[in-house]
Amino acid sequence: MSQASNKVFANGWMAAVYLFLYLPIITLVVFSFNDSKLVTVWSHASTRWYSALMQDSDLLSAVFLSLKIAFLSALMSVFFGTFTAFALNRYTRFRGRTLLSSMSTTPLVMPDVIVGLSLLLMLVSLQHWLGYPQRGLFTILLGHALLGTAYAAVVVTSRLKEMDGKLDEAAMDLGAKPLQVFTLVTFPLLIPALVSAFLLTFTLSFDDVVLSSFLSGPGYNTMPMVIFSRARLGLNPTINAVATVTITVVTIAVIASSFYTSHIERKRKREMAFAYSDANN
Amino acid sequence: MTKLARFSQSLTSGKLIVIGVPMAWFLLLVAIPLLIIMKISLSEMEATSVSKMISWTNGLPTLKLNFSNYQFIFSDALYVKTYISSIKYALITTLICLGIGYPFAYFMARAPKHIQPTLLMLIMLPFWTSFLLRIYAWKTLLVSNGVINNLLMSLHVINAPLDMMNNSFSLTIGMVYSYLPFMILPLYANLSKLDLRYLEAAADLGTSPFKAFWLITVPLSKAGIIAGSMLVFIPAVGEYVIPELLGGPSTLMIGRVLWDEFFSNNDWPMAAAVAVVMIALILVPMAILNRAEAKLEEA
Repeated sequence: MSQASNKVFANGWMAAVYLFLYLPIITLVVFSFNDSKLVTVWSHASTRWYSALMQDSDLLSAVFLSLKIAFLSALMSVFFGTFTAFALNRYTRFRGRTLLSSMSTTPLVMPDVIVGLSLLLMLVSLQHWLGYPQRGLFTILLGHALLGTAYAAVVVTSRLKEMDGKLDEAAMDLGAKPLQVFTLVTFPLLIPALVSAFLLTFTLSFDDVVLSSFLSGPGYNTMPMVIFSRARLGLNPTINAVATVTITVVTIAVIASSFYTSHIERKRKREMAFAYSDANN
Repeated sequence: MTKLARFSQSLTSGKLIVIGVPMAWFLLLVAIPLLIIMKISLSEMEATSVSKMISWTNGLPTLKLNFSNYQFIFSDALYVKTYISSIKYALITTLICLGIGYPFAYFMARAPKHIQPTLLMLIMLPFWTSFLLRIYAWKTLLVSNGVINNLLMSLHVINAPLDMMNNSFSLTIGMVYSYLPFMILPLYANLSKLDLRYLEAAADLGTSPFKAFWLITVPLSKAGIIAGSMLVFIPAVGEYVIPELLGGPSTLMIGRVLWDEFFSNNDWPMAAAVAVVMIALILVPMAILNRAEAKLEEA
């Protein structure tokens, strides 16, 4: 094969994969503006499913519950995920390190149904002994925070690996206490990673249907649970409308956050270059 | 240094807190639940609660283990068939993801440096948008009066709608679609670090590009191949949502059996036993994954 035909093949392959990944999403969006009740047959453009969505109180309260859970569980995930990343990266030797590292990767790969069932059985036993917690918002929150912690730990770890320990050492040499090193040096450098960990765990929680179904109690239906029960019954144009709204919001958030992190990155590089040039003069 | 002195020192330096907090969190939410699921799989359902494992007779504890759930799983042809079928679908998904994902990751790693972040973000973006909604989207594409059939029929490519839904075809497409990014990301991470000088040296010594690919690139990306394959295979074995929405009643997946035992039959010990057998099946792949990830980190 010649160089040029190689290039064509490579580009064609990549284009085909992107088409495969985006075709379903594009169809969802296009057909959300379809007037027909038949989801897959185009009649003419309208926004009737969006107005139907605004009146769908079941779905709207589910969206509200999901947003609340996603926000709180993302906060918890970033908190515990940062601890996990620090424990595993700053202390290379301690008893139970292998245990901690394998426990922290378990929620990433273990099938959702197992994580959901085992968590539920633990919480039911706990309730048996202590009379607490009741199944509902709190139990869903715990499940999502567990999953999120595992992902947040990965994101924070990769940032910690990029950062060199020299700045921490320098701060310590200048007399900063460990907590001061963290709040004044490490934490500010970590902020972009914490922001992306927050966004990632927020969307994971907002998306989860299996853990929520196991851990939820009566009256606590998250948005994916409502969508899932409707999608099981068949096609439903309001789902397309919800999808379009979600996709729009997520896309804007992802693009905005990637601009934000690259802006911070550039700013820091500028400041570092400046500091070095100062030091050399 | 005495034990106590060491303990108080680690407390003041914050080490104990930094390690203790995540340790307690994961022990409570991962390790203990897995022990409890094993315990409950050895009990049976009594009316509305699970039977007690330890009962007290004359002040002495007696341990009651009930293996009937496991006996049932291994003697019932349908359970065995379902486990085998789940592994088969997970394996097929993994191989297709590797077949599509490896060339993709390879081309992406060779694309001009300045567009690589954009290419990567385009792979991640679908992962950020709801998984459930994307699976639902395939349903609108594949059903008999769906978008693809309508399009093909209006173009007169086919006369009758193709049967693409509620079978192993729709299930496999949904699984490959959902798990492809998990294959591409570790492969890309691996391939983008590949030292191109090896390939140049091979070319200088007269090796054809095709041979160099198989003798150099593939062996050097082994850790990425293994990590990606396990990241797809392990969760795919227990997948529930995709078979429920796209698989129809004919495709057997163990995640659905577990779900039905729990939600329809209300048989918690049986659901727990199904889960424990599933964990046993993915234990070896998980160990392989841990080793591959350790290798990727070294590189």
